[in-house]
Amino acid sequence: MRLNTKKIREDFPILKKKVYGKPLVYLDNAATTQKPRQVIQAMDSYYESYNSNVHRAVHKLSQEATQAYDDAHEKVAEFINAEGIEEIVFTKNTTESINIAANSLARHLKKGDEIVLTQMEHHSNIVPWQQAAKKAGAKLRYAEINNNGELDMQQLHSIISKNTKVVAFTHVSNVLGTINQAKEIVAAAKEAGAISVLDAAQSVPHMPVNVKELGCDFMAFSGHKMLGPTGTGVLYGRKEMLEKTEPMLYGGDMISEVSFEDAKWNELPWKLEAGTPNVAGAVGLAAAVDYLQKIGMENIHGHERMLTRIALKRLQGIKDVAVYGPKDAAKRGGLVAFNLNGAHPHDVSAFLDAAGIAVRGGHHCAMPLARLLGIAGSTRASFYLYNTAEEAEKFTETLEEIAAKLKKPTPIPESRK
Amino acid sequence: MNKETAADAIEELYREEIMDHYQNPRNFGEMANADASYHDYNPVCGDEITMQLKIENGTVTEAMFTGKGCAISQAAASMLTEEVKGKTIKGAVAMTKDDMLKIIRINPGPVRVKCALLALRAMQKGIVQYEAGKAK
Repeated sequence: MRLNTKKIREDFPILKKKVYGKPLVYLDNAATTQKPRQVIQAMDSYYESYNSNVHRAVHKLSQEATQAYDDAHEKVAEFINAEGIEEIVFTKNTTESINIAANSLARHLKKGDEIVLTQMEHHSNIVPWQQAAKKAGAKLRYAEINNNGELDMQQLHSIISKNTKVVAFTHVSNVLGTINQAKEIVAAAKEAGAISVLDAAQSVPHMPVNVKELGCDFMAFSGHKMLGPTGTGVLYGRKEMLEKTEPMLYGGDMISEVSFEDAKWNELPWKLEAGTPNVAGAVGLAAAVDYLQKIGMENIHGHERMLTRIALKRLQGIKDVAVYGPKDAAKRGGLVAFNLNGAHPHDVSAFLDAAGIAVRGGHHCAMPLARLLGIAGSTRASFYLYNTAEEAEKFTETLEEIAAKLKKPTPIPESRK
Repeated sequence: MNKETAADAIEELYREEIMDHYQNPRNFGEMANADASYHDYNPVCGDEITMQLKIENGTVTEAMFTGKGCAISQAAASMLTEEVKGKTIKGAVAMTKDDMLKIIRINPGPVRVKCALLALRAMQKGIVQYEAGKAK
């Protein structure tokens, strides 16, 4: 079903904003998305009518807040087809989610064990594993990408062995846009007896994701990249996995019993959510899930594919533009990273910004990938359900104008005595 | 300053002079027998600058640079090589962020100020190294 973007856009107050007197074209959705008034109002309503701490006091407000907080877990569980709230840990973002998994798994690693990652990971799915590997004396191995920006599946299978203890990989690359074959990779990990960790920051917000179908052990994603408030993220873990997961933070709400000498952990998911949680954020995230479900994840995915197809086609028509990742929009999430030959991504983004178009320029928190591609960075346009075909066209048209202005002749160096 | 229109915003950041220095950098190249030479880079955006100076009696007599990166970083380096000639090394080391922004006459904002300062920092590190070498 086609999305009614006109109607959708009315729900997003910020999209009426003008920047430098021009209508805002927001194409930085892979970084964070805008919020519909349904999400903003849900959070206002919490603060205005039932703001309270959760899981402790018996007073009315606390009961309401606790109910809303627990319901938000339930809603997220349903959204990704998890068993129930015991499999859903609320965090502040994908980074924290991955850190909880890595921190706990690191305790079980020993010398000679291997962690398999891919060359297209975001720093948040590299650095925690580097630290885990260092602590345990384990080794990192990287699944390689081919010229099309896809994983070389043969090579990937060849590096997964009996030594592999963890396979952590991104579902959709935040630079290349590539949708990885998650089911196949998870199955390969399982066969080797390794634990699979899926970075779903760029997939859960944009397409149907079903954890049972994928079979992954852990999955991390961010609420703020799916219409929810900043400071919200999720760690999904199969119940059996989360039961074995050691908390990263200790303190209030994560215990069942405390003596002067020791403590017992609370039941799931609370043992992994120490301290007063982000209740307003959870309420906002639940409203975001409602909103997405009403539109339909398959419809959102289709809409973004349409926008990506337009952008890819137009970009390929501009002279001196290099586009990264698969050429086929069907193999991609809703983002396109590119370089204008000779122009720095920060200059390209600044010129687009002046036209009211918000994109991201830089290494997109994937420095090793940028180095592999032989670039300092790239400019990235990333779409969401409220973006229109006109916006995708305006972006590429503006880029064509910029291309001429930013052209730089290669300077000839002098040599002086 | 009124930054309400797109033209203003982009003109402020990419004045004609900036674009001219970016596209036709001055003093671009390498110097044989430079007294101070320092390569610096900003890993976050990949900007790179090598600043080279010729120093006589505590005064900069010649400055050159090579590098690659965004228009702001490269134009700033080009403009700095012109500005620093004739300055004492003491004066060059004492130059501040505001001094540099006065030379390029733009306000790059909090995100891109590092681009504007890369050449200055490289030059200053080069002079510090030169003086440390002399003291040995």
